[in-house]
Amino acid sequence: MAVILDMLVQFCQMTVVLLLAPLLTGYVRKMKAQLLGRRGPPLLQPYRDLLRLLRKEVVLAHSASWLFRVAPYLVFAATWVAAALVPTFATGLIFSYAADMIAIVALLGSARFMLALAGLDVGTSFGGIGSSREMMIASLAEPAMLLVVFTVALLAGSTQLSSIAAFMQGPGVGLRVSLALALVALVMVAIAENARIPVDNPATHLELTMVHEAMILEYSGRHLAVIELASFVKLLLYVSVIACVFLPWGVAVSGQGFAAYLTGFAAYLVKLAAGGFLLAVFETAIAKMRVFRVSDFLGAALMLGLLATLLLFVSRVT
Amino acid sequence: MALEGLLWCVAVLLGAGVAGLALTRRRGAMVLVYGASLGATLVALVIAVASLLAPASLGASLILPVGLPWLGAHFRLDALTAFFLVVMNLGGAAASLFALGYGRHEETPGRVLPFYPAFLAGMNLVLIAADAFTFLFAWEFMSLSSWALVMAHHRRPGNAAAGYLYLLMASFGTLALILAFGLLAGASGGYAFDAIRQAPPSAGIAAVVLVLALIGAGSKAGLVPLHVWLPLAHPAAPSHVSALMSGVMTKVAVYGFVRIVFDLLGPPAWWWGALVPLIGGVTAVMGVLYALMEHDLKRLLAYHTVENIGIIFIGLGLALAFEANEMSGAAALALTAALLHVFNHSVFKSLLFFGAGAVLNSTGERDMERLGGLIHRMPRTALAFLIGSAAISALPPFNGFVSEWLTFQAILLSPALPQWLLKFLVPAVGAMLALSAALAAACFVKAFGITFLGRPRTQVAREAAETDRWSLTAMFALAALCLLAGILPGYFIDALAPVIHALTLANLPRQEQLDWLTIVPIAQSRSSYNGLLLFFFIVLSAGVAAEVIHRFASAAVRRSDAWDCGFPDPSPATQYTAGSFSQPIRRVFGSVVFRAGEEVHLPPPGDVRPARLEVRLHDVPWDVLYAPTARLVGFAAERLNRLQFLTIRGYLTLVFGALVALLMVLTVWQ
Repeated sequence: MAVILDMLVQFCQMTVVLLLAPLLTGYVRKMKAQLLGRRGPPLLQPYRDLLRLLRKEVVLAHSASWLFRVAPYLVFAATWVAAALVPTFATGLIFSYAADMIAIVALLGSARFMLALAGLDVGTSFGGIGSSREMMIASLAEPAMLLVVFTVALLAGSTQLSSIAAFMQGPGVGLRVSLALALVALVMVAIAENARIPVDNPATHLELTMVHEAMILEYSGRHLAVIELASFVKLLLYVSVIACVFLPWGVAVSGQGFAAYLTGFAAYLVKLAAGGFLLAVFETAIAKMRVFRVSDFLGAALMLGLLATLLLFVSRVT
Repeated sequence: MALEGLLWCVAVLLGAGVAGLALTRRRGAMVLVYGASLGATLVALVIAVASLLAPASLGASLILPVGLPWLGAHFRLDALTAFFLVVMNLGGAAASLFALGYGRHEETPGRVLPFYPAFLAGMNLVLIAADAFTFLFAWEFMSLSSWALVMAHHRRPGNAAAGYLYLLMASFGTLALILAFGLLAGASGGYAFDAIRQAPPSAGIAAVVLVLALIGAGSKAGLVPLHVWLPLAHPAAPSHVSALMSGVMTKVAVYGFVRIVFDLLGPPAWWWGALVPLIGGVTAVMGVLYALMEHDLKRLLAYHTVENIGIIFIGLGLALAFEANEMSGAAALALTAALLHVFNHSVFKSLLFFGAGAVLNSTGERDMERLGGLIHRMPRTALAFLIGSAAISALPPFNGFVSEWLTFQAILLSPALPQWLLKFLVPAVGAMLALSAALAAACFVKAFGITFLGRPRTQVAREAAETDRWSLTAMFALAALCLLAGILPGYFIDALAPVIHALTLANLPRQEQLDWLTIVPIAQSRSSYNGLLLFFFIVLSAGVAAEVIHRFASAAVRRSDAWDCGFPDPSPATQYTAGSFSQPIRRVFGSVVFRAGEEVHLPPPGDVRPARLEVRLHDVPWDVLYAPTARLVGFAAERLNRLQFLTIRGYLTLVFGALVALLMVLTVWQ
């Protein structure tokens, strides 16, 4: 019986991340527009965009290979599996032992690898520029992320997200300098990985500094829809990871009953909304930076991550 | 019994070498030599796997009455030897299979066929040798036969210089190893490993031996700054030999290090655990940065070998650190990570070199800037190379990720170490490992993307054809192994258990009894990874997504010109190149590591000459270490050259003077 319930929770989780992801993106867009004094697109616009793309035919370049057509599904699958293993409204997911936090980072790496290859496949200058810059950004963002994982894992004595969430809710945490630094580093990485301002601009197609949009420039129709959905899921995943590690309050624990799950879900929605709102505020308040300043930005994240790990040994809990 | 079988395999390999020498003009020589090598390595592989899985059979030893008269040649088959025999003979068998097809295109078979089986025999002998003399003899045999293979195409520009540098570095490394064994044997001169084990050296001598082993084995394995010969010599050989040198011979060097430091040297001191991971971390990052700057496909792969050797030494060094503090469980984990990476790297590096060889065969090009679009012409090679690229970039669900994940888990145990230096150093090494993994992914997007994707940049790339069946079989066998070791790592970890137990006296939990074949290095609540489930979920969700979309969405596809923001250019020269791909990373890291400089030469207005962009990279270890040494040696040689032109009177005086001086020394000494 318990196994069936756990399976059900896992299945809910997979569906929830998929269904909520476009909504989160729509919410961020709406908030940004309103902060800029515009009315903005409706909240459900991302869903409509996806449906519209699904109905359109695919236009493939003559030089596109099989990899170009397979890549979107693999990117989507890797991102979705990663997102399904992050505790959102409940911990103790039945399959969460399949991948710890390091494996989740690496799964996102797999998705990025395929996408960067797809950017090079048609053989255009824009695709290449996108892939090349994406990999440069990732080469700094991924180690920074891993150092954040180190910090948290050394504290919690585990790299499993469920155990970390449980530890963070417990009394043994306290206020720590390391955690603050790790949070800042994680937020910086999340901004870079999701191609948000100031690293990249999700709203433009014709700017020389574009990264993510340049990689997927040749995609159209259903392929583009799948890739867009994957990037929505990725944004949701990062907000969920931040929420799960640093704000684990309200998350239901396996076997607590239906009410706890409902509370957990409500808490999760509130966290998502807060995260989306803060992202919108941050994006409106800051200017896009030159692409070669990105390395300073992410280098700072990397150093913060390392500092957070090292400070664990010398700081005292207050 | 098993040991005799292995020695017979070595004999068959040596015989194949002689046959290759005798029959070099005959047509069937190639099939005979590679067929015999394949057979012998397969038999050796089966023996090694069988003895690793049935640990009771290990420990057999044998003394042959050859070599030094009072010593004989000792051979022994223990768990460590058996594991490295598996790695070595697997690579050897795959390379022989590949060569059955690839070798047909060899222009000078007479320069390859005799030495190839000899090289394999030499590596096998190093692994089973159980005394210092046999070990060093086999080591030199391996170096010289591989040197002959590097020089197979000695008329090509650069190859002779590469061979010369290799010979110098190999002799330097062997010198260090001779000194190390001399110190280990001590004044009594017990050169058999058993005798050395019974009389471990004092702490001071052990430290010197450690440094000598790092130099000796490290120069063969490619530790920075002793790596300079590797990216020159490995690519110069024919591709199946490159695969052996990069994938297997570097592992034999790792074996030498493990044998000396973990087995013969007695208990480690804690600072070894600081020195070795630091060197490993620097090697990993430097190796991958060099690789990123490279656009010769085979040389790029050789630099990646440097990177992966760094990762292996990080694991080995952590094991030393834990061992010194008597945390044998953690040491077992770190050593498992390192040895699993030894296996994994030999598999995917051989695969990648085979892919590069297939491309070289089909196009005659190693320069990525002159390739492109090969996925259309060589789809199967492309798929195999893609799997190898994903595996080496440590991406789940392939095998490279498993060993790096285990290394990270070992790093996360470092806070329990009592020494403050180690507490701070190990997370920093972890950062280097993370950096090198991320950069490796960037590098393989470049290697695969520029070579196989995009549009062909030259006529040869446009006319490339798929490679032969033998080569494809070898590549796909290794690719399957990459996936298998990635999704079922538990079995591979369990197979390592006797090795780990012999070296650290501890064991990881048995993995195969765990639910769903999950791997759990320490405890379930701490960390676990299940490649099988991840693979299953990825395939399932990709399949579901594709199925749903193809059923409910538009399935229409139209072929058209590329969109490229409305400005498509038909010339393939407008694509991204390897140089432009790595430019952002060069800007970020290069100015520090390579002292890279860019100069733009713009002609004055009205001049029709093209503008030029010049990039200068400095190889810092070369500039700091090697160039001054070479200058010094050259200077001394110039001065000493005069000795060759003395009169007979002068020589007699010199000999007399030397005699008197030596006698004086002797008198003072006593």
